[in-house]
Amino acid sequence: MSGEPGTWDGRADSATLEPRTEYVLGLADDALVLSHRLGEWIASAPQLEEDVALANIGLDLLGQARSLLTYAGELEGVGRDEDDLAYLRDERDFRNLQIVERPNGDFGSTIARQLAFSAYQVELYGRLRASDDPTLAAVAGKANKEVAYHRDHATQWVLRLGDGTEESHRRMQAGLDEIWPYVAEIFDPWPVVDKLVGVGVDPTALRDSWSKYLSAVLTEATLTMPEPTFHGRGGRRGLHTEAMGYLLAEMQHLHRAHPGATW
Amino acid sequence: MVSAPAVVEVRAVVGTVPDPELPMITIEDLGVLRDVRIGSDDRVVVEITPTYSGCPAMDVIRGDVLARLAECGYEDAEVRLVLAPAWTTDWISDAGRAALSEHGIAPPHPAGRVSLKLSVRCPLCGSPDTREVSRFGSTACKSLWTCRSCLEPFDHVKAL
Repeated sequence: MSGEPGTWDGRADSATLEPRTEYVLGLADDALVLSHRLGEWIASAPQLEEDVALANIGLDLLGQARSLLTYAGELEGVGRDEDDLAYLRDERDFRNLQIVERPNGDFGSTIARQLAFSAYQVELYGRLRASDDPTLAAVAGKANKEVAYHRDHATQWVLRLGDGTEESHRRMQAGLDEIWPYVAEIFDPWPVVDKLVGVGVDPTALRDSWSKYLSAVLTEATLTMPEPTFHGRGGRRGLHTEAMGYLLAEMQHLHRAHPGATW
Repeated sequence: MVSAPAVVEVRAVVGTVPDPELPMITIEDLGVLRDVRIGSDDRVVVEITPTYSGCPAMDVIRGDVLARLAECGYEDAEVRLVLAPAWTTDWISDAGRAALSEHGIAPPHPAGRVSLKLSVRCPLCGSPDTREVSRFGSTACKSLWTCRSCLEPFDHVKAL
C-alpha cells in the first residue's frame, strides 16, 4: 500500500462509526485479513503452482480491501487513508469475521476455509452489485468475477482431496471440522445492515443458497458437512480469537516501526 | 474551450503507453484506458481501470501516463482510477490480441458467452492440443498452459 503518512488526529473512535462506515469496514477487514493469511502460504504450499494460486487469490482480496478501506476512510471523514486503517488500528477496532483470522493450519483447513468463504463472497458480491451505493456496487461488480474464480479453485481442491486417497480424504474432512465452528458467524444477523436498506446485504439471507452450493460440493467429494459443537462470534463487534493479535503484530510491525517510511 | 481534435491528440499520446506487465500491448489496446478529457482549465484528466482489483501495475501505469504527457508538453494532468464498468477481456482490441499471440501469450476467448470448454490454441505452434497446468499464472490476469504438440509452456490471458 502506498500513500502519504496519515494525517489522522487520533480522535476517531470506532464506537462512533456511522452505519455505512462500519459496514464497509467489516467487508474491508474480511478481505484484508484473509489476504494476509493467504500470503503466509507463499513458498509453503504443497506445490509451486499452489503458491502462485494462493498468492493471486490473496492479491485479489487485497485489491478489494484497498478500495473498501479507502472508501471507509472517506466516509469516516477524519482523514484516515487505507494505510492508517490497515496498519494503525488495534485489534478491537477490526471488524472482520473470526473465520478469516484463524491460523492456516493444514492445507486441508485452508482449502476448507477458502471454499466456505469464497462461496459466501460469491453470494455477497452478486447481490451487492445492485447496491444503491455506487462505490460499493462498483467494488462488487469488479470483485464478483474474481471470487467466482476463487470458489472454483477451492471446489476443485475439495473434490480432488475429498474423493482422493484415504489420507487426503481424512485431512480434508479434518480441515472442514476445524474451520466449521467459525462458519455460522458469517450468516449471523449484522445489526448495522438494518440501517442500510438498499445499500448493504443482509448476511442471514445468504445462508440458503450458500448451503445448497456447499452441500452439493461436499456430497460429490464424499465429505460430511460438520455439525460443530460451538459457534464463534463477535468479530463484527471487534471481539477476536487469540490468533488475531499475532496476525496484526506481523502485519503492522514494519509500518509502526518506521512511521511514514516509503521506498 | 479546447477543441475536439486536441482531445484526440492527447488520447493518441496516452494510448501509446505500454502495459508494464504485458509490454507488447498498449493500455489502449488492453482496454485499461477508459477516457481522456480536457477540462476548461486545460487540465488533462485520464481515467484508467484495473484488470483485476489487486492489479499491482496501476501505480506504474499512472506514473507512466503522467511522464508521457509531460514529455509531450501536457504538464497539468491527473490520472483517476475507475472501477465501473468492470474491465473485461472483451475490451482487448484485435491489434492487442494479435500482439499477445505474436509474443507467445494466448489471447482470451470471448468472456461468458460460451458454456463449452474451448481449447486454447498454442501461440507458438498453433496446435489446439494444449492443457492447463495452473489456473493462476505469473500475473493476476493469466493462467499457465503447456502444449502437447510442441511441448512448450505458455501464458494465457484468462477470459474475464
